[in-house]
Amino acid sequence: MGTLFPVAAVLAALVVGAVMLLLLGASPAEGFAAMIDGAFGGPRELADTVNKAVPLLLVGVGITIAFRANVINIGGEGQIVLGALTATALALALPDWPAVVLLPLGLAAGLVGGAVWGAVPGALKAYFGVNEILSTIMLNIVAVQGMNYLLRGPMIDPAEIESGSRIPQTMRLPPATDLPVLVPDTRLNLGAVIAVAAAAVVYVFLWRTTYGYRIRAVGLNPFASRYAGIDVKRSTVVALTLSGALCGLAGAILVFGSESHRMVTDGSTTGFTGSAGFNGIVAALFGGLHPIGTIPASFLFGALLVGANRLQRVTQVPSALVIALNGLVVVFVVSSAIWKRRLEQRAQLEAVQTGDQAAQTSLPGDVAPAAADPPGHESDTDDG
Amino acid sequence: MGEFFTSAVLVSTVASGLRLSTSYLFAAIGETFGQRSGVLNLGVDGIMLLGAFGAYYTVLNGGGLWLGMVVAITVGLVMGLAMAFTSVTLQAEQGISGIGFYLFGLGLSDLLFQKLVGTPLPIRGFPELRIPLLADLPVVGEMLFSHSIVVYAAFLLVPVGAFVLNRTTLGLKIRSVGENPEAADTLGVSVAGVRYFTVMTGSALAGLGGAALATELGIFQQNLTAGQGFIAVALVYFGAWRPVGVMAGSLLYGLVASVVLQLKTLGIIPRSASELAAMLPAVLTILALVVAVQRERQPAALTKPYERGA
Repeated sequence: MGTLFPVAAVLAALVVGAVMLLLLGASPAEGFAAMIDGAFGGPRELADTVNKAVPLLLVGVGITIAFRANVINIGGEGQIVLGALTATALALALPDWPAVVLLPLGLAAGLVGGAVWGAVPGALKAYFGVNEILSTIMLNIVAVQGMNYLLRGPMIDPAEIESGSRIPQTMRLPPATDLPVLVPDTRLNLGAVIAVAAAAVVYVFLWRTTYGYRIRAVGLNPFASRYAGIDVKRSTVVALTLSGALCGLAGAILVFGSESHRMVTDGSTTGFTGSAGFNGIVAALFGGLHPIGTIPASFLFGALLVGANRLQRVTQVPSALVIALNGLVVVFVVSSAIWKRRLEQRAQLEAVQTGDQAAQTSLPGDVAPAAADPPGHESDTDDG
Repeated sequence: MGEFFTSAVLVSTVASGLRLSTSYLFAAIGETFGQRSGVLNLGVDGIMLLGAFGAYYTVLNGGGLWLGMVVAITVGLVMGLAMAFTSVTLQAEQGISGIGFYLFGLGLSDLLFQKLVGTPLPIRGFPELRIPLLADLPVVGEMLFSHSIVVYAAFLLVPVGAFVLNRTTLGLKIRSVGENPEAADTLGVSVAGVRYFTVMTGSALAGLGGAALATELGIFQQNLTAGQGFIAVALVYFGAWRPVGVMAGSLLYGLVASVVLQLKTLGIIPRSASELAAMLPAVLTILALVVAVQRERQPAALTKPYERGA
C-alpha cells in the first residue's frame, strides 16, 4: 500500500505538468510524447537517460544512508563538486599513469573528496550540535567558491591563459581517465555499472552488516540505540561521511564521463552538477529511501530530465518545467506521508481489536527517519 | 591599499553593503517569524526567485514598481499558503518539503522567464530617496540616508519585527506556539492559525526580498538569487532567532560582498582572491553556529509538527 504513494505523487505532478503545458499553449499529449521519445526513443536516447540517472542514483543512495540515520544531507551539491575537484586534481597530477591504475585511483579520490565534505557536517552535528541542514548549505557555498577559484586560477588550462579567453576549465584530462564506453555509438559508459554496483553494496551494508544496522537503529531511535550501547555520535559521522563519499564518486564520474573530459565551471554549482545534489533527494524519496528502489527511481528521473530537452525542442516549452515538477514530486511525496501513517495506525488499531500480537509489535514508531518509510520497512526489523 | 581608506571609497563601500544586505534581510526576518513559531521554511530561495520574477515581469510590462512589489508579496503569500498547508496541516517533514518548494520555484521562475521574457532587458529600480536633513550630514548621510525606499523598508523591519515578537500579544502567541504548542493549545491559541500566519508572512517577505534583489539589480536571470534564500535560513540561526542578530548576519554578508567588490574594482586584490573572500561569510557562519549552539537554544518545537492529542 505504502509504495503507491510515491507513484501517485509523480502522477499528480504530471497532471500539474499537463495543465502547465496547456497554459503555455502546448499540447500535453504532444509534450509527453516528445519527452518519452527523447528519453527512450532509441539506443542513444536510452544511453543519455542512463548517464543522467547515474549521478542521481549515487547521490540518492548516499542520501538514503544519511536519511536512514535521521540526518538530512542537503550538501550533495558541494560534495559532488569536491569529489570532482579531487578526482580532477589527481588525474592532472599523474598524467602518465596507465588506465588500470589511474581510473580507479581517480574515482577513489572522488570518494575521498566527497567523504571529507560529508564528514565535516557530520562531526559538527555529532560533537557540536550544529544543524546539518545549515552546515551543508554553507559547505555548498564554500565548495562552489573553491571550484571557481581553482578553475579560474591554479587549475586553469594554460592554453586558456595563452589565448586570453580564460574560460574557467581545466586541461583535457589524461585519456586514461576516460570512462570506457559500453555500447558503441552511444555515450553509455562504465559509470552506470559503478552506480548500480554502489547501490547493491549500500544495500548489503545497510541491511546485512552490523554497522549498517547501527545506522538504521540510530535513525529509528537514537535514545534506545544509545541505551543499547551504540555510539550514536560516531554513527552520525559515519552516515554523513558515506553519504558524502557517494556524492563525491558521482562528481568524479561526471568529470571522467563528460564529453569534454575536463572540469568546467559557469560559476554556479548547478552549472556543474545539473542540480544532481537536489534531484538525487527526489530519486531517493521516490525509491522509498531504499538503495535498490532508488535504481528505477533514478532511471525515471533521469528520463524526465533528458526528455525535457526534447520537450523544449518540440514544443518550445523550456526544460526548466521538469525542475519545477521534480519539486512538486518532493512536496507530494512528503505530504502523502500523513495518509501512510494513518493507514498504519488503522492497521495497528485493527490488529489490537482482533488480538493479533505479531502485527502490534512490528509497527514502526513515529521516529521513523525522514518522510517516506521504505516499502520493506516492517519486514526488515528482524534481521541484522 | 591606501586607496581603499579614502573616505569616499569607504562611504560608498558601506552604502553598497547596506544595499546588498537588503534581500537577505527581508527573507531572514520573514524566516525568523516562521521559525519562532516552530516552522522551518527551507523553500525561501524558491519563493524569492518567484517573487523576483513576478516583480521584474510586472515592471518590465509597465505595471510600475509598486504593483511589482504587490505581485511579489502575493506570490509569496500563495507559496506560503502551500508551504503552511504541507508542513502544518499535512505535517510533512519540513527539511525535505522545503527542498521541494525550492526546486519548484527555481524551475518555475526559469520557465516563466524563458517563455515570457527570453532576453533579459534591464528595468529601473526605485529612485534614491534622500532623507531630508539627515542625508546632508557628512559621511553618515551618504552612507545611511541616500538609499532607495526598499533598503529603508528592510531595515525598518528589524525594529518592527522585534517589537511584534517581543512586545505584542501576537508575538507572545508566536513564541508560545514555537516553544510549547501543547500549552498554547490548552490556553486557546490556535497553533495551526498562528503557524499559517507566520509562514505566510515570512513567505511574503521572502517574495519581497526577491523583488528587492531584482529591482535593485535591475535584471532577472535564471537562479538570480544564487542560494541567498538558503543563507537567509542560516542567518536566522546565526542571529539566534532575534531580528537584531539576524540583521547583524545580513550586514556581514552584504558588507563582505561589498568590500570584495570594491577591492576588486580598485585592483587591490586579484580577481582570483574574490572567490576565496566569498567563502568567508560561509565559514564565519559555520563558526558562529558552533558558538551559537553552545549558548543559544532554538525554539523547542522547531520543525516539529503539532497534532492535538499526539
